[in-house]
Amino acid sequence: MQLKPYARTLAIALSLAFVAGCSSTGGGQDGDLTGGAGGTDRGGVSTGGADGRGVSGDRAGQRADADGRIPETRTIYFEYDSDTIRSEFEPVLTAHARFLQNNPNASVVLQGHTDERGTREYNLALGERRAGAVERYLNVQGVSPSQVEVVSYGEERPAARGQNEQAYAQNRRVVFAY
Amino acid sequence: MNILKTTWLAAMLMLFTSLAQAADLTIEITRGSDRATPIAIVPFADGDDMPQDIAQIVSDDLERSGYFEPLERRAMFERPASSEEVRYGDWRALDVRYLVAGRISREGDQYRIRYDLVDISGERRLLAETVTSGHQGLRDAAHYISDQIFEEITDIRGAFSTRIAYVTSSGVGDDTQYALHVADADGRNSQQILSSDEPIMSPAWSPDGGKLAYVSFETERPAIYIQDIASGRRVRATSFEGLNSAPTWSPDGRRLAMALSKDGQPEIYVMEIGSREVQRITNNSSIDTEPAWSPDSRSLLFTSDRSGGPQIYRVELGSGEEERLTFTGNYNARARFAPDGEAIFLIHRGSNGYQVARQDLESGRLVALSETGQAESPSVAPNGTMVIFATQQGGNGVLGGVSADGRASFRLPAAQGDVREPAWSPFLN
Repeated sequence: MQLKPYARTLAIALSLAFVAGCSSTGGGQDGDLTGGAGGTDRGGVSTGGADGRGVSGDRAGQRADADGRIPETRTIYFEYDSDTIRSEFEPVLTAHARFLQNNPNASVVLQGHTDERGTREYNLALGERRAGAVERYLNVQGVSPSQVEVVSYGEERPAARGQNEQAYAQNRRVVFAY
Repeated sequence: MNILKTTWLAAMLMLFTSLAQAADLTIEITRGSDRATPIAIVPFADGDDMPQDIAQIVSDDLERSGYFEPLERRAMFERPASSEEVRYGDWRALDVRYLVAGRISREGDQYRIRYDLVDISGERRLLAETVTSGHQGLRDAAHYISDQIFEEITDIRGAFSTRIAYVTSSGVGDDTQYALHVADADGRNSQQILSSDEPIMSPAWSPDGGKLAYVSFETERPAIYIQDIASGRRVRATSFEGLNSAPTWSPDGRRLAMALSKDGQPEIYVMEIGSREVQRITNNSSIDTEPAWSPDSRSLLFTSDRSGGPQIYRVELGSGEEERLTFTGNYNARARFAPDGEAIFLIHRGSNGYQVARQDLESGRLVALSETGQAESPSVAPNGTMVIFATQQGGNGVLGGVSADGRASFRLPAAQGDVREPAWSPFLN
């Protein structure tokens, strides 16, 4: 399902309000504890899993031009310990840059992720650096900084589980969340 | 020394009662120390119909510390209930250095636990005490007894009556649920104090043991919260643009050190909790994160990749002077001070992957402590004898512990899901 940007923004706003109410704290030591959070709506954010990898960035770019849709490829991947944009993903970034320029009311959250190796807080910083590299790329292409926000999740939201290079490679990523 | 003192723990222990424990962690000793002192913890007389096996809890505590090697029960051919009943020659023949004997009696809804600690070679009683506890406080009473025995023999304050906080996650992908728990130091009596469908990170105890600071993504942005453990009440301490991460309390409990990226890349800041004013401590173009206070409050440890990879640095808060501390290997991160300030514990990547390591500050010598290659989040017991950390076992996150000398280790696996980011509480009594 592809929502129009404004509909998607509305959906995100609504579900953000919902999610904000989802965390619950317990009463603490005396047994008055609250159970798990209720809903798990992700606010319509597409986390564009590893299956998006093979989609051609050029095709995504043409679609964005043709009908103003959000480009389909919304996840790009990184080498170990690197925030360098791989050349194969430059067309993906170009497509998102065009879309954001053509839709000045659209905004995107760049979610930076790392694999699980190393310490969590340091990985949180590395995820931010990765998403920041994408942000700078978009800005250089003329996207307004006000349309782009960076949030790092570090190693906290893996796309794939497992202690192997295949899983690690799927987790080192930046997701475009509109 | 033979003073018979009566300790009324009941009122205090009632505060620490808990509910059904589905999420408890269970201790597995993975390596005993070859320098452990042999000790016999004789099953307490009249303790058979007790809801808790007090002597077993004491035995498990002492074994986990790495300082003691408890004698197996089946090797005990007699079961004295007090120091008067101990036949020293028999126990010397078993190479036992110390012995604990006790008796439990019940008065209404209170249990009276009387125990003696005796020195087998010196043939003398070192401790005699009666502890009174309600049903709910029995485990705490046992940990209290462990603390007394440990301190009497080692001259080091026991840390068995402390607690740990940790984060769990269960489910996969978008259905992942995160929770923050507090449990006894042996993994029992766990209580969930926060749950969320967004990540929870970096729990840190206030120095008085009453509050936890942590990072929660519940608004889909990271923010630092401070939660009162007993009441569950909490406040959002920071929600700056960008990273709000890695909170740690100053020893006086009035300030939080943290990593924020509101001014660009992650830097170390110190926030006055009362006024919420933040002061920037580091200033450079690389990542600075994972701050930790020195015991004397004068400096902070932090991780920085200004040299190319992560290494540990120290900044003096008065002068702002910075000094690199680690030079062994190309990955050293998330350091914590030993309570005496003379060593740091950190995550070191060596030939065996990511391990907990200790570096002596004067000599600069770094020694790997944990065997596993996927360690993270080391947290030091308040008496400095053990380090608890997160690691992997069979594809799941589990907690591990290792003695500060690396000789003894244990694991705390959960029944299900991932467990990580342990934080050892300060002394609570």
